[in-house]
Amino acid sequence: MTRRPFARRLTDGLVPVIPYLWLGIFFLVPFLIVLKISLSDPAVAQPPYKPVFELSDIVSFFQGLDLENFEVLAGDDLYLSATLSSVRIAALSTVLLLLVGFPIAYGIARAPARHRPLLVALVILPFWTSFLIRIYAWIAILKPEGLLNQALTELGVITDPVHILNTETAVYIGIVYAYLPFMVLPLYASLEKMDDTLLEAALDLGSTPWRAFWTITVPLSMPGIIAGSLLCFIPAVGEFVIPDLLGGSETLMIGRQLWSEFFSNRDWPLASAVAILLLIILVAPIVVYRDVEARRVETQR
Amino acid sequence: MPRPPKFASVGAVRRSFAPWADPDAKPLIRFENVTKRFGDAIAVNDLSLDVFEGEFFCLLGPSGCGKTTLMRMLAGFEHPSEGRITLAGQSLAGVPPYRRPVNMMFQSYALFPHMSVEKNIAFGLKQDGLPKDEIAARVGEMLRLVQLERLAKRYSSQLSGGQRQRVALARALAKKPKVLLLDEPLGALDKKLREETQFELMDIQHELGMTFVVVTHDQEEAMTMADRIAVMDHGRIVQVATPGGIYEQPKTRFIAEFVGDVNILEGNVLGQENGLWHVQTPSAEAPLTIDDPDEVLHSGQAVAIAVRPEKMVIQRNPPGPGAVNVLTGEVWDIGYLGDWTVYRVKLASGAILRVTLANRSRFVESPIDWDDQVYVTFAPDAAVILAE
Repeated sequence: MTRRPFARRLTDGLVPVIPYLWLGIFFLVPFLIVLKISLSDPAVAQPPYKPVFELSDIVSFFQGLDLENFEVLAGDDLYLSATLSSVRIAALSTVLLLLVGFPIAYGIARAPARHRPLLVALVILPFWTSFLIRIYAWIAILKPEGLLNQALTELGVITDPVHILNTETAVYIGIVYAYLPFMVLPLYASLEKMDDTLLEAALDLGSTPWRAFWTITVPLSMPGIIAGSLLCFIPAVGEFVIPDLLGGSETLMIGRQLWSEFFSNRDWPLASAVAILLLIILVAPIVVYRDVEARRVETQR
Repeated sequence: MPRPPKFASVGAVRRSFAPWADPDAKPLIRFENVTKRFGDAIAVNDLSLDVFEGEFFCLLGPSGCGKTTLMRMLAGFEHPSEGRITLAGQSLAGVPPYRRPVNMMFQSYALFPHMSVEKNIAFGLKQDGLPKDEIAARVGEMLRLVQLERLAKRYSSQLSGGQRQRVALARALAKKPKVLLLDEPLGALDKKLREETQFELMDIQHELGMTFVVVTHDQEEAMTMADRIAVMDHGRIVQVATPGGIYEQPKTRFIAEFVGDVNILEGNVLGQENGLWHVQTPSAEAPLTIDDPDEVLHSGQAVAIAVRPEKMVIQRNPPGPGAVNVLTGEVWDIGYLGDWTVYRVKLASGAILRVTLANRSRFVESPIDWDDQVYVTFAPDAAVILAE
């Protein structure tokens, strides 16, 4: 029996460890730290919370942890309404992204094969400029004396400038604009794989093009729809920059709340509790999706 | 002087069924001077064709001959550049695929991967808005027809190629279309399964009395299944006839060579005597005598004599005096196929003949061997004259 060299066996064994190592260092450890801080009490100290982890006095360290911050979150309507408002804005944004992204992805998938790489490149092109600059550009477009109002006034559509900047509408515009590639790319990937003869078969069997779209194209692009929606919904719930720059004072979002707890109030433990809450909200839909997907694959095998 | 036809029929035909021979019969499908262009390329060129109700009709031809385009025009996926197509007397111009009483079985089967077998079969019925119990009954009927009752809940990814083919067939049949189009229906099956399925398709067509139009490049498939075959080449129909007609009375050299194996002997017409043509050929010493009275030829005309390999006789002893159509040569190659033995005989002229012999008995006393001098003969009525 030949044995592989030791070095070879070592590297083969290590390769699967890499993702675990990465996730352990950059996700699990920070998560545990945040979880720990969320169970602490604020303090005027450096760091601004107590107890601080010390091996020598581990018993009183654990006794110092409690769920007080989560009780505050549960007791204060502000956090509940900020959470609900975030989920609502993210959900509506995701629907808008689907409405805008699907025709774009469909158009690219139907374009002549030699045009497709260019069109896909154009969808990603905005990433070449900084995210922050693109959001600032929207301020210039949406402000009362901005490009949009100027254009509409010139065209005679309006006489008084419309107020879009610093409203929830501006937040939707910003999110849809910034997240569109994350919606278009997974949709395109699943639409492009689709076999055109399936649509011909549907037409042949008496289905109108519109019905064929709903009964064949949409179900078959469902993996892309779900992937794109998750990729947009999850970061949108915690979005901070867009509501901060484009939204008004009444735009309530959990990401903003977290920021103000952390920096304005310097209440690290409460901010950490908000972060944990956000995580729980976001993990739930992924778990549900994984479960549904696993069952679907199971039945089709 | 025309003589009464010598043969009652050629090949195996349903003698009671020949609407194409009836001048009063109305065709179900009619192509009238149909031309289809894709840019500069002409896929179908000024083609006219009638297909009758209840026919099993095959479009046969090499790839790129326009047969698939012809079928897609019937389904409504392509539109003629010129000419018109009628179905039961109604023009199909401007009728979208989903309003045509025509269903198609796709070459790739095009089964919906997100639907079970029964949902696939029910799809077309649902589009018609039939009541639920009626759909269920029809789906059950179709599943029985193609013997897939046990697999009703499966998805296409869980089926074998043969099972998928049956689902595709059941789905296309479920709406009881006036015409069923089949695009290379057996192309993806292995040889054994293909042969079984050919007969099954014939039985199903016979049972339902539906008109089938099949596109295929496989001449054996066309010969087995079709009532009539249209042989296509370069966007035109070269000949429309029964399988026997195509095989025994090919109109052109292309058809003779495309359908089955054939030996072609080139020569020049010497003249006609008692209704028999005499043709001088470099392949034989004496002029050949051919009984093909329908041909109108003149002396000196260059012609090709087509003789099927199984209609030739190979022997080592010289044929008796008075024998006609004697070719001499030596055995160049022998292929033993079990049921048949194929001899390739090299003539003095250098031409190579293919002669087949049915192996009727298990033992042969002194078999023909490599390099043997042999005589190949054929009857005057075994050959067809093809004007060049």
